[in-house]
Amino acid sequence: MSLFRSKRSALPGFNLSLGYTVFYLSLIVLVPLSAVFIKTSGMTWESFLQAVGSPRVLASYRISFGASFLAALVNLVFGLLLAWVLARYPFPGKKVIDALVDLPFALPTAVAGIALTAIYAKNGWIGQYLEPLGIHVAFSELGVLVALTFIGLPFVVRTLQPVIEELEPEIEEASATLGANRWQTITRVILPELVPPLLTGFALAFARALGEYGSVVFISGNMPMRTEIVPLLIITKLEQYDYRGATAIAAVMLIASFVLLLIINLLQKWSRRYHRI
Amino acid sequence: MASPAISHLHSPRSTLAGGAPRATHDPVWVRWLLTGLALLFVAFFLVLPLVSVFAEALRRGVGAYFAAFNDADAFSAIRLTLLAAAISVPVNLVFGVAAAWTIAKFSFPGKSLLLTLIDLPFAVSPVISGLIYVLVFGAQGWFGSWFSDHDIKIIFAVPGIVLATTFVTFPFVAREIIPLMQAQGTDEEYAAITLGASGWQTFWRVTLPNIKWGLFYGVILCNARAMGEFGAVSVVSGHIRGETNTIPLHVEILYNEYNFVAAFAVASLLAVLAIITLVLKSFIEWKYNQGRAET
Repeated sequence: MSLFRSKRSALPGFNLSLGYTVFYLSLIVLVPLSAVFIKTSGMTWESFLQAVGSPRVLASYRISFGASFLAALVNLVFGLLLAWVLARYPFPGKKVIDALVDLPFALPTAVAGIALTAIYAKNGWIGQYLEPLGIHVAFSELGVLVALTFIGLPFVVRTLQPVIEELEPEIEEASATLGANRWQTITRVILPELVPPLLTGFALAFARALGEYGSVVFISGNMPMRTEIVPLLIITKLEQYDYRGATAIAAVMLIASFVLLLIINLLQKWSRRYHRI
Repeated sequence: MASPAISHLHSPRSTLAGGAPRATHDPVWVRWLLTGLALLFVAFFLVLPLVSVFAEALRRGVGAYFAAFNDADAFSAIRLTLLAAAISVPVNLVFGVAAAWTIAKFSFPGKSLLLTLIDLPFAVSPVISGLIYVLVFGAQGWFGSWFSDHDIKIIFAVPGIVLATTFVTFPFVAREIIPLMQAQGTDEEYAAITLGASGWQTFWRVTLPNIKWGLFYGVILCNARAMGEFGAVSVVSGHIRGETNTIPLHVEILYNEYNFVAAFAVASLLAVLAIITLVLKSFIEWKYNQGRAET
C-alpha cells in the first residue's frame, strides 16, 4: 500500500477509474477470451492434434497465412507509393484522396465483399476484361488476395505517411551536397529511414488480413482446400455443432495473433527509438 | 494495435511538402508518373468498389431501389443495428474515458500491460470475437444452462449481438484519447484542484474540453465499426429474419438469395455511413490541426 501511495498523484479518482477499467476489461475481453484456452485445455492431446491438423484445416492455414502475406506484400508496394505521393507532392484533390485511403476502415467488410465480387465477376466492370485473358479473380485464390489487399491498405499508408512527412529535409540536402544523385539519396538515405515503419505497416496489414472474414467470404467462393480461409472454417465447424473443433482452431489462431501483436509492439518501439535519434 | 493506422490526431503535420522548391526535389516526370500511378490505383482499387455499390443498387431504377426498404425485415435490421450501436458506443465511451484517466493521469505498476490488454480486441479475428461469447453463454457454454433455466436468451438473440459489437469496438475511444491525455499532462488539472475545484468539476470543466475532439473522433470510428460489424455478429446472431439480423447480415441474406438489387440497396446505406464517417473524420482532423496552429 505504501508503495502505491508514494507513486500516487494528488488527482482524485485513481481507485475508481482503475477499478472500473480492470473490471470492464475483464468482463468484456479477458474472461470470454480465456474461455477459448480453458475449453481447449479440456481436450486430449490426440483430439486436439486431430482438430487442428486435419488436411482441410492445414489447407486453410496455408491459404490464410499465404494470402495474408502476399496481400501485405502488395500493400507494402502500393502503400509506400500512396504515402510518398500524399506526403510529398501537391496535386488537386489531394484532401479527397487522403480521406479515401481510410475507406477500407470505414466501409463495412460485407459491403466491401459484395462490391469487390460485383466488380471482378465474369460480367463485372473489371472482370469482363480479365476473364478473356484467362484471369479469374472472383471465386478463386486471386479473389481472396484482392479482398485482403483492400482491407489492409490503410495500415501501411497510415504508418508510413507521418514518418515521411517528418523526415528532416536537411539529410536530403546533405546527401545532395555531398554529391549523391536523387536515386542514391532515396535508396541510401530515405529508404533505410523507412524500414521500421514499413515493417510495422506490413505486420499490421498481415495481422488484420489473417482474421478477416466479411470481405473474403463473398469473393472467394469458399471452396474447401482451395479458397477456404481459417475464420470461415471456424464458422463451418460451429454450424456443424463441432464446438471443440472450432475452439481448437481458434486457439491456434489466437496464439498466432498474440505473437503478431508482440512483434508489432516491438516494431513500434524500435520505430520510435529510431526516429528520436 | 491499429492506432498508428487509424489515428491522425497525434501526429502534427509538417508543412514541408508545400514549401519552396528544394534542390532535393524529384524530377517533374517522376512526380507526374508516381502521382498518376497513385491516382490510378486509388481510382481502381478504392473508388470503383464504392461507386459499384450505388450502381448495382440502382441497376433496375429508383423504384426497385426504394422497394428494398419497403420491407419489414429490412426495417427490423436497421432498428437492431441502431440499437446495438446505441448501447455499445456509449458503454465503450465511458470505458475509454475511465481508462484514459487512469493511464494518463497516474503512474502505477502494470500500466503498459494494461495498455496492451486494451488493444487485444483489435488483434482478435471477428469470428473468434463472436465464438468466445458462444463459449461463455451458448447452450454448451459456462453459463448456458443457468441462463436457459432462467429463460434468458443471450446467444442467437439481441444481447449476444450487443455483446459481440461491444467487444469488437472496445478499444476505439480509449485508443484515441489515451495518447491525447498523456500529451496534455496533468498541469491544468493540478491548477484546478489547487484553486479549489472538486474532482468532477476538474474533469467536466478542464479535462473534457481538452479532449473533446479526440472523443468525437473515437466515437465516430467506434460507431462506424459498430454499425458495420459482420463476422462477430454473424456467429452469435443465428440469422433469425426480422429478429436477430443487423444491416450487414440482412445484406448477406439478400445476396445469397440472389436478390442483388435489394442487397446492394441495403448495402448502400452502409456505404453512405462510410462516406459520412470519412467526411466527419477529415473535418475533425482539420479542426484539430487548426486549434493546434492557433495556440
